[in-house]
Amino acid sequence: MVSKIKFENVTKIFTNPDGEEVHALNGVNLDIEDGDFVCLIGPSGCGKSTMLRILAGLDKPTEGAVYINGEKITRPNYDRGLVFQDPNLFPWLNIHDNIAYGLKTRHIYKKDKDKVGQFMELVGLSGFEKSYPHQLSGGMCQRAALARALIGEPNALLLDEPLGALDAFTRMNMQDELLRIRKEKNMTMVMVTHDVDEAVYLANKIVVMSPRPAKIEEIITVEHSYPRDRNNDEFIALRSRILKVLNFAGKEKEAEYYI
Amino acid sequence: MKSNIYKPIILILSVFVAQVLEFALPDSPLQKQAARPYFSWLLWLILVLYFGIQLVQVLQKKKITFYQAPFIAGVVLLLNILNVVTAKFALLPTLYFPTLDQVFGTLVEDRSLIFKCIGYSMGILSTGVLGGLVIGFFMGIGIGFSKRFSYWVNPFIRILGPIPSTAWIPIMLILFPTARSASAFIIGISVWFPTVVLTSSGISNVKNSYLEVASTLGSNTFQKMFTVAVPAAMPSIFLGLFNGICSSFVSLMTAEMIGAKYGMGWYVNWQKEMMCYANLYAGLIVIALLFFVVITVLFRVRDKVLVWQKGVIKW
Repeated sequence: MVSKIKFENVTKIFTNPDGEEVHALNGVNLDIEDGDFVCLIGPSGCGKSTMLRILAGLDKPTEGAVYINGEKITRPNYDRGLVFQDPNLFPWLNIHDNIAYGLKTRHIYKKDKDKVGQFMELVGLSGFEKSYPHQLSGGMCQRAALARALIGEPNALLLDEPLGALDAFTRMNMQDELLRIRKEKNMTMVMVTHDVDEAVYLANKIVVMSPRPAKIEEIITVEHSYPRDRNNDEFIALRSRILKVLNFAGKEKEAEYYI
Repeated sequence: MKSNIYKPIILILSVFVAQVLEFALPDSPLQKQAARPYFSWLLWLILVLYFGIQLVQVLQKKKITFYQAPFIAGVVLLLNILNVVTAKFALLPTLYFPTLDQVFGTLVEDRSLIFKCIGYSMGILSTGVLGGLVIGFFMGIGIGFSKRFSYWVNPFIRILGPIPSTAWIPIMLILFPTARSASAFIIGISVWFPTVVLTSSGISNVKNSYLEVASTLGSNTFQKMFTVAVPAAMPSIFLGLFNGICSSFVSLMTAEMIGAKYGMGWYVNWQKEMMCYANLYAGLIVIALLFFVVITVLFRVRDKVLVWQKGVIKW
């Protein structure tokens, strides 16, 4: 069976302004199946965001390739929705028009007008159609960004630390929201996170990555059914296991910096 | 609640004092007499207009605060002092400081020529501004978006742009068939430079993640340019437009003083040469009002376009 998303020997080398080469990714192989919720976790600078950007088509791998449904990814497109840590809503559009943006650029807005309302309801923003982004809270903006990415009905939703900037309560709320949307739309999701708890709570596959040379340290499959109990023994055991892998990698602490 | 009733009373009092002085004091024999008591008429007009507007507001069930009344009273006082100094005592050289009656009289008696000049000036201004704006806008987008375009075009802009547009006048009068087209071109240059610079810098400062979001939502380059980069750069573009329009006023006046047959710049210059200082002041008043209206309209348009900016950036 062909995997939904396949990273094949992906290497990414950035060149610094002073000509120094930085290996962001080193021969990464990863298979993601349809309906998976994959969390990429690891210390700063381990290339997890780079993986996501290559998957989105925003960066090109130096070597290797990424395939979605057997097709090689060469450029960004609406079949892979992306949500950043910063909602990046267009401040000059109101929430309705922000969410409708993708439909409009694809010239299918007239046909799918009703979808905007549906997706606003899906993320719990009904009634805020006319509001501008600066009038909403961070959590609400992130919901809108989520709806904007989802409305194109992508094959996969890519999340780059989408909840990183939210307060703890909003964050847990949004985690449940993500699981609900995933169930409702049967969506494949790939999420980059710093938060071990978040990964254990959400993912059915946790990809633990090591810092430079960046590669996949371990792939942990989480069998527990949703909704998960954050205080369950197995939950805590899993968490310690990931921390152990990360701690082992964390010996080279001085090498930790952002690219 | 604080009472605001003293405010309109101050205004009425100020107008009353001005009228009394105007009629009680004898006119200086050194000044030319105007055909009619225009200054006195103007005072009545101010009073009627002000209270007329207040009345309309009351009828529209709006709350009136007489906020501007003390300010208008102050302006009337200033006019009053000017009137006494010039018309009544002729304390300043009468050739250069005519009476207010004469100045306001010109606005009435010379109105057909003034209207013609306004039409002529606005015609040149709109042609020049529109041309400079459109060319500057698209060049700015090109520079902001394309490295190659920027490589070839930017040096020319940096060298030619800062030349004061009026310095082009001698060349333009030779290159263009009419003074009118030459003036329009010079105005175009003065609008073009700030527009191109601020448009391109606005576009190249657009947050990259906005463009990335747009491409993950299926936008092509053209769509990214006009649905993301241009709206995001709008505040900067408007800034360029403001600078451009303000310098276009300078260019308009200067260009019209050379080789034009009509226009407000020509009018002022011509009246100066005829030693008609009353007409000159009238011309200045018209120019001030004209440009005030243009700038106000631009502000309104900006407020409409940049409504999303409220609470994001304060101007």
